[in-house]
This record gives sequence, structure tokens and C-alpha cells, in this order.
Amino acid sequence: MEELLKQIAHCVEFGKINQASPYPPDMKGEDGADELTVRALEQGATAEEILTDALIVGMGKVGVKFRENKVFVPQVLMSAKAMSAAMAHLKPLFASGTAKRKGTFIIGTVQGDLHDIGKNLVAMMVEGNGYEVIDLGVDVEAAKFLSEAEKYPDAVIGLSALLTTTMANMEDTVKAIKEKDPKVKVCIGGAPVTQDFCNKINADLYSPDPQGLVEYLDELAS
Amino acid sequence: MKFRKLAIESREDLFFGTAPSPVTTRRGLIIGGGKVYPELNFTLPPMYINDETFPDIRNQYREIVRSALQRALELYSEGVVFEFETLIEMTRNPSYGIDIVKVMNEECENYFVKHGLKSEIRLTPNDLREFDRPPRQRTSGYLDAMLELFEEGAKAGGDLLSIESTGGKEIFDDALMHCNIREIAFALNVLGVRDMEMLWKRIVKIADSQGKIAGGDTACGFGNTAMVLAEKKYISKIFAAVVRIMTVSRTLVAIEQGAKGPDKDCGYEGVFLKAITGTPISMEGKTAACAHLSPLGNIAGACADLWSNESVQNIKLLADMAPTVYFEQLTYDTRLFNQAVASGKSDILNLQRYMVESDMYFDPQAFILAPENVIKISSEIVKGFNHLDAAKKGALKGLSLIEEAIMEGRLKSSEMEDAYIPLLKDELSSIPDSEDKFIAEMDGIIDNTKYIKEEYGL
Repeated sequence: MEELLKQIAHCVEFGKINQASPYPPDMKGEDGADELTVRALEQGATAEEILTDALIVGMGKVGVKFRENKVFVPQVLMSAKAMSAAMAHLKPLFASGTAKRKGTFIIGTVQGDLHDIGKNLVAMMVEGNGYEVIDLGVDVEAAKFLSEAEKYPDAVIGLSALLTTTMANMEDTVKAIKEKDPKVKVCIGGAPVTQDFCNKINADLYSPDPQGLVEYLDELAS
Repeated sequence: MKFRKLAIESREDLFFGTAPSPVTTRRGLIIGGGKVYPELNFTLPPMYINDETFPDIRNQYREIVRSALQRALELYSEGVVFEFETLIEMTRNPSYGIDIVKVMNEECENYFVKHGLKSEIRLTPNDLREFDRPPRQRTSGYLDAMLELFEEGAKAGGDLLSIESTGGKEIFDDALMHCNIREIAFALNVLGVRDMEMLWKRIVKIADSQGKIAGGDTACGFGNTAMVLAEKKYISKIFAAVVRIMTVSRTLVAIEQGAKGPDKDCGYEGVFLKAITGTPISMEGKTAACAHLSPLGNIAGACADLWSNESVQNIKLLADMAPTVYFEQLTYDTRLFNQAVASGKSDILNLQRYMVESDMYFDPQAFILAPENVIKISSEIVKGFNHLDAAKKGALKGLSLIEEAIMEGRLKSSEMEDAYIPLLKDELSSIPDSEDKFIAEMDGIIDNTKYIKEEYGL
């Protein structure tokens, strides 16, 4: 079993989704994360084992490479796709309550702001690291974050803004969330956002990149 | 494709300050007529935009313009363009935007009447249609607000009309993150082109009806997003350079529809437009580092007719407020440009050579902007059967120039970067010449929930 989990981790690290997937070229024709996950379940591995000992290991390795500028985002996204292919087999088991995800992350671009490429990247990286992601999209009012936070009481919330003039809406959103429940963790990011601004508006984390956020979520989850 | 041959055919004729089709503005600036002028851009610091804060906002814009014009007098500047790129609330509520244009225009007129200082306002409403997901490019109420701002803002004193339109961006963003060049071609050169045709027809009509100047568009949300992601090492620089080339045939549509220039500052594709159409262009380089980093600081100026700073927050720096500081920097740069112009063509080309050679071999995105490469790539673009084919031909040419320079050891690269060259060649070559065939091929691949075909006339 250990060898099989290693193979799944390898597929995730190098973005091998399934047998039909042509990427990466040197693994053409080989089984991918999809087929190997089915095999692992058939051989008695639990969903949590596969998630923890294979998928997250593979994503962790590609995450390190990305941080060290050894791969670009598309490679990370191929890894995330390989992980998703595996997760498709695990999700029914998580949904039935027999296994647990690492946590839930609610994310959106604040009201008045349409920019979402950074937000989408963060969402993909967080999901790829084993978290359930609730993506609320762009131009999200504070009330929407509050209602989602009610549905997912243990979730961490992420806010994104690219415009100096929507930073004020970010501040309002953090205030509304904290007024309702001071324990909810709120993370912020975006081009004009700084650590000083984070301190000023009483948010819990500012990260200039997705990796910093993933590390923070992992700390909270551990 | 309207343009079948280059307006500037020789590399020696492609330089700053002069364009074959210069544009003369209401107060007498001749853009592309032998001088480079500063184009100052600015935005508000973090603050709310509402009825309560609006008096302060109006005052900030007035002071920014007044302060820059005053400094222009002190520096013996011969002219300036102010770009008013609206913030979302100022387009959603056009009366805000119109009011600010009026205030800015009052200051411009005041300095013109009292001192003879020539200035103009470039009015750039932002594209709100993205608020709908999927966007309704043709039927959205946001389009009405944008067009109202163009119409009334022009009457209020906006003389150059521009926009950073976003047609196709709903497909482009994901394609960029996945470095999927076929989907990028679909977004830019199928969807973007169709949206530009619809939008620029309307903008040109507004401009013509009021005797204003339809300036031009920019693929900022496309090419510059790629550049910024490459700068963060999220995607390959070679890929970003290819995306830049593919924006050309998309942005060209504004001119095909009747725009006269100057093309907008954040469209680095402008230099190709200048070669193809002869219209003047605004460019931004090292002086735009206040807004975003880039590998193009010097080379961006090589063919500029306006020299811009992209955007700076209205905050206090040690010397003065930031827009005034940036105006001064732009002015000194333009003095240098214009000193070379006054000295004659060989000095122009000498100064240009320093700008080009100091950047071009450090990054493929800079490399493709070198005038000799612009001419070579543009020559391929105008051979295109349609905008899609033009993008493909230009991209393949750019890629081969990049590959050759890397192999000869002139252009800096890395194994990670080089790996993209064969992949991109294969993918680009797989795009059929026939647009209909390509659309049919992509129909089964593109996520149809992300965009509305009818909104692009498909």
C-alpha cells in the first residue's frame, strides 16, 4: 500500500491526471492519480490515508517547487487537476462522514471590485492543498460573507481587493465579520493591501502570495 | 483585416515623437507631430466614493490637475495630457465622472487662456460589463452607463476617448493561468475582436458627432496581466511575450473602426499598432513602476508619442503630492526625448538605441518590442487572412525570433522558459487558418457557461 500511495503522490506532484492524459510527456500511457486512487481504495486504503499520505504529500512537493520558482503556476494547476481526479473518488466518502477534509475556506473579491485572477489562483492553491473552497466570486457584499460564514462556522474567510478605493469595503467587511463573530479568522490579499493595512483593519493574516496563506491554514488546521 | 501593409516599413522610421498620422487636439497639441508630451495618470488614495465624499474627491482631482499645470509652467513644458481613468463608481454613476471631467477641464482651460499652456483630457471610462457573470457584452445596462459617460464626458471636456475593454476576459483569465494558448486565441482574437468591433463603432460615432478624438483601446487586462504574472514568476515570460503579440490584432480593431490615436499607455501592443497603422501611441515604462513592475522600463519609450506613468495614488511624498512628482519625472524624460528630436534623426536613433539595447536582451517581452522585431512581427500580422490568423502568424514569428536569440546566446532565458517554445509552436500551429473551423473546434472545449455566444454575435 505504501508504494501505491507513493505513486499517487508522484502523479499529483507531476500533474499526471489519468492514463489518457498526455501530460507530463514522460509518463504518457501510465496510470494517473485517477486510476491509482481507485486501486488504492479497492485494496483497502481509507480516504483519509489517500488524502493525507498521497494527495497532500504530492501537492506539498509541488508547492515547495513553486515557492522556489522551480515550476510555474500551470504545472501547479495540473497537479491540482490530478488531485481533483483523485478527490472525485474520495468525495462520496467525505460526504458520507466517514472521512474529513482539512478545513473550509470561503473566498471572494470585495464589493465594488471585479478583479479575480489573484483570487482564483488562491482558491485553486488552497483547494489543491486539501481544503474545501467556497468561492463567492467578485463584487461580494459583506452580508454574503456573513451568511456563508453562518453555513460554515469553522471556515476561514479570505478577502481580495485590487483597487485602493475598494480597500475601504474590505475594511467594512472585516468589521462586519468580526462584529458578528470575533473568532472567525479573516485573511486578506491584493496588490494595494499591506501588513499595516491588515493590522489597521484587524484582519488576521495578510499574505502577498498563496503559499503564505496555505501555510497559515495548515497551522490553524494542525 | 483592414490594414494589409505597414504604415512604417523601415525600422529606421519607427521612433519616438513622430507618427505618420499625427493627431491634433482642441488646444493645439500635435501628438505624433515631432514632440513627445507627458501623459499624467493618477488615482485616489484608499477612500469611499459616495455623495458624502464626492466634494473632497472633486477637489482632489482639481488640485492634481492644477498642481501639475503649475509645475508644467515652471518647467517650461509645452503641453500635457491628463488621463482620467474612472473608478468603478464614477462609471456606474456617470454624473460623478462627468463632474470630474468638468473640473479638470476648467483647470486646463484656465491655464490655456492665461498662459497658453496646452493640455487635454483623455477620458477612459472603465468597462463595467464584467460585473455580470457571464458578462452581457451587448445587452448589459452597464454598457449604457459607459456610453453615457463617453457622450456626456466628451461634452464636458474629455477630448480623447479611450477604454480598456474586456471582451473575452471571462475566457482569457483561466486560459492564462493554464497557459492554454488556443483558448487565449479564442478569447482575444475571436471574442475580443467581435466585442471591439461593436464597442468601437459606438465610441467612434460619439467622438465624430462631437468633434472629439477616438483615441484607442488597450489589452491591459490581457497582455499586462500576463506580464505581471510573469514578473511574479507565476507564468513563463516567453508565454507572456507571445500573449502580448496576440493582443495586437485585437487592439487594432479600434483603429479599423475609426479610432485615430493616441493609443492608450498601458497597451504595450501600441508600438505594433504604430508600425501597422501610423497612429501615434502613448507608452509607459520606468515611470510606471509606481503602478506595476515590468521588464520594459527603457525600451517602452523607444517609439512613444506620449510618455505616461500608468497610475499613481494621490498621496504626499517628500517633494510634493505624488502626481506632481510623477509629472516632473515624465517632463524630464520628455525633455530628453525632445532634445534628441531637435538634434535630428541620427540623434533620435542614437537615444533610441540606448533605450532598446539596455533592455531588449534581458527579457523576451522586451525583446519583441525592439523596433526591428516590431517591424518583422508586424509584417507577419498584416499577412493574416483574419484577426485570428494575424495573431497566429505574428505569434509564430515572435516565437522564432525569441528562439533564435536564445540559441545565439543573446537573449537571457532558462530551461524552464525554453521548454515553452516547442509547446507553443505546436499549439499555435494547430490553430486552423479558417476562423469558422477554429470556432467549431473550440465549441466543444470552452466552458460554455462562462460566456454568452449571442453577446459576441456568435
